[in-house]
Amino acid sequence: MDALIDFVRNELGNPGLATLLSNPSFAFIQLMNAVSMGMYLFIIAAGLSLIFGVLNVINFAHGAFYMFGAYTVFSITKTMGLNFWVGVIGAGVVLAALSFVIERALFRFLYDKEHLMQLLLTFAVVLILGDLAKAVWGTDQFSVSYPPGMNGALNLGITYYPTYRVVLCAIGPLIAIGLWFLIERTRWGRVIRGATQDREMLAALGINVPMVYTSVFVLGSALAGIGGALSAPFNSPTPGMDATVIVDCFVIVIIGGLGSLWGTFIGALIYGLVYNFGSVIMPNWQDVFAFLILVVVLLIRPWGLFGRPVAGGH
Amino acid sequence: MLEIRNLYKNFSGFQAIRDVSLLLEKGTRHAIIGPNGAGKTTFFNLITGHLEPSAGEILFEGRSLIGLPPHRIVKMGIARSFQRINIYPRMSVFENVQVALIARDDRQLNLITPAHGLNNAETDELLALVGLSDESNEVAGELAYGRQKQLELAISLAANPRILLLDEPTAGMSPTETAESIQLIDRISKERKLTLLFTEHDMSVVFGIADRISVLHLGEIIASGTPEEVRNNPDVRSVYLGESVDNATA
Amino acid sequence: MTQPMTRTTAVICALIVLGLVLLPLTDSAYLVDVTTEILIYALFALSLNVIIGYSGNVSFGHAAYFAIGGYANAILLTTYGWPLAASLIASVFASMLAAGVIAYFCTRLTDIYFAMLTLAFSMFIWAVAFKWRSVTGGDDGFVGIAVPALISDRYEFFYFTLAIVVLSTTLLWVICHSAFGRSLLAVRENPTRAGFVGINTRLMRWSAFVVAGTFAGIAGALFGMLHRGMFVESAFWTQSATVLIMTLLGGMFSFFGPAIGAATLFILQRLTNEYTEYWPTVLGVVLIIILLFLPEGIAGLVNRFRKRSAARD
Repeated sequence: MDALIDFVRNELGNPGLATLLSNPSFAFIQLMNAVSMGMYLFIIAAGLSLIFGVLNVINFAHGAFYMFGAYTVFSITKTMGLNFWVGVIGAGVVLAALSFVIERALFRFLYDKEHLMQLLLTFAVVLILGDLAKAVWGTDQFSVSYPPGMNGALNLGITYYPTYRVVLCAIGPLIAIGLWFLIERTRWGRVIRGATQDREMLAALGINVPMVYTSVFVLGSALAGIGGALSAPFNSPTPGMDATVIVDCFVIVIIGGLGSLWGTFIGALIYGLVYNFGSVIMPNWQDVFAFLILVVVLLIRPWGLFGRPVAGGH
Repeated sequence: MLEIRNLYKNFSGFQAIRDVSLLLEKGTRHAIIGPNGAGKTTFFNLITGHLEPSAGEILFEGRSLIGLPPHRIVKMGIARSFQRINIYPRMSVFENVQVALIARDDRQLNLITPAHGLNNAETDELLALVGLSDESNEVAGELAYGRQKQLELAISLAANPRILLLDEPTAGMSPTETAESIQLIDRISKERKLTLLFTEHDMSVVFGIADRISVLHLGEIIASGTPEEVRNNPDVRSVYLGESVDNATA
Repeated sequence: MTQPMTRTTAVICALIVLGLVLLPLTDSAYLVDVTTEILIYALFALSLNVIIGYSGNVSFGHAAYFAIGGYANAILLTTYGWPLAASLIASVFASMLAAGVIAYFCTRLTDIYFAMLTLAFSMFIWAVAFKWRSVTGGDDGFVGIAVPALISDRYEFFYFTLAIVVLSTTLLWVICHSAFGRSLLAVRENPTRAGFVGINTRLMRWSAFVVAGTFAGIAGALFGMLHRGMFVESAFWTQSATVLIMTLLGGMFSFFGPAIGAATLFILQRLTNEYTEYWPTVLGVVLIIILLFLPEGIAGLVNRFRKRSAARD
């Protein structure tokens, strides 16, 4: 084993990989980083996937909603001095309201349009929301404190690891299960599952389809806001954060398959793993990973692991 | 001319085409009839290269068509018209036909020769043949349904095919339009010495111009022969034709 | 889009070129600079429309070829001291090559997946430009491009750009109005049908992409020399979005539309930046207006107006 490590360090010239192999706590930390990153990305991407799965809309503005969530939790905790968890819920509420307005005013005209037109229209919203954030919060970078009591690190046996991130690793699956329950076991869930199959039928059954659509959009967007709020302590609210996260989300839902909840979950984990371990093994190419994965997945299997083949993919 | 041997097509567990064999003789008009869902369009898609068969062979003058992309099969001499209108909606009637001629002459990658004025005479000829000369400059998407069907035909003919596959050529037409359409097809196929393979629902049409008929039911050919033979085939009668035959020939 | 030029259009074109030739007489350095940049963006947008308007695909990553042309020219001129002609030809060739390779992969898909893949590739190019500091200058950009003395004066460079853009536009005109151009429209209108008349639709879309990338590279090379520097922003997706909106605004269903869109958007941006820093909002509103009310862009509006007055006569 030592010979292998030396080989990797000296012959291959890769200190990162060598450290991974030689230092179990280092490797474990990377693993935990991957999982916690995957979890908060899952929460955000789940919203995007849900909106696509039911409404057939690819919402570029989802990243902007995430950004608003981060800024909101900042305002609630720093400016208003309230508890962090109140801030998270507050972020969800704010995004629910904001997305409700946007959906009623603009997006509901999108549902029958081609994907590309939807994408461009949501992009217009990104531009406007970006300026809105700039107008409300300015261009400085803010910092959001960890919730009280979660500032430290937990002893996980192999090594210590930040408490808050461990909490995130628990929140992610909780939300996943919550969503699953909502979709599979509630009446609302049954209605939205029906919406993916046959919209006209739903209307014929007397269900208020536009309201159903609005509720899905609002829930998905609220998830983005909550994800933004939850990750704010280590992803400080800053202009332009919407651009990076939307790419991450795209990659994740493409890997997992647009519209699949578990696909998004696994896709997020895969993305977290590739990103974190990739950053260690090839530190210079971090920024490139997302696009590399996107290119590879789009070329091999555009509809992802669990998605349904959409027109245009092979 | 066209030989199909033991053709199979499966779609994840569902067998759309099962052990279909057919011999299309040169110069004949061969009709394929069968109830909806029998697999007629799938069958056409297999011949034209739009779908790949799960098993079996398709031979055109001895050469296998399996695995060839649609545009290559067209070049070999098999053209097709569609059941649902399949034209270029925002281009003019003239351009619709002209592009087919440009492709036939292999000029579609010619970046220099201006499109204006290319194949003019032949385009006008084809439009006259199907009776669309007056609508030459109209936007194709704005034509009446029957006219669009005629345009369909013109586009298929532009490829100079030897075999013409017609997918329900009179679908959605009134009796008058149907009669006109059939006369047109009849005249054109004689003038251009075409071999026809067509699907139809309208029995009067089928028995009017078909030399041979094959009956497709649930993906299988249950009968094949001259109109007389098929009309009198008890399997066919029980499965499909029933009353309509007597009505058509009455 | 593939019809021969009407006399009106020919006259207008001639007048515009004449006006541009005489522009330096106004002695306004600002005007000349702005016009030079508009010409470059006009070419950039015209090139994109070969993909969008003519072949019917949307590219979210057209900036890649603009950037490659720009960087290649910058590097060859400055780092390697190549003569201008050789450098330009090589840069254009570089963007052509990149477009050829990337299009090979992108044309395997259509619709939204095609668009996303073009975006992914162009962001990959951005990342390379960003990381390869030693060659491209990375985040700081490649500054101090050695523009040849012959065109280093702003008026000389203006005429140089004008000549190149007019020449390129003429070439694009010929290509778009050729048998290829018209067949490309068929691929846009009904790819299935086009396949059934014997057209290899994938090859057609690939060719359109390569043509587009080539001319985008020319625009990029000019851009770099105008600004005496190339920066990674030129490869970022916002640059692709800008040129896309220019194309849509001007009108994707006409040949000259995108050029009109480029001029309009550029002027609009300059004007907006005088009064407010919220250009993105203005851009977003413009985009919404185009998508919901003006899908055929300004050119489409002009066309509708012309048809209505023709019907009245």
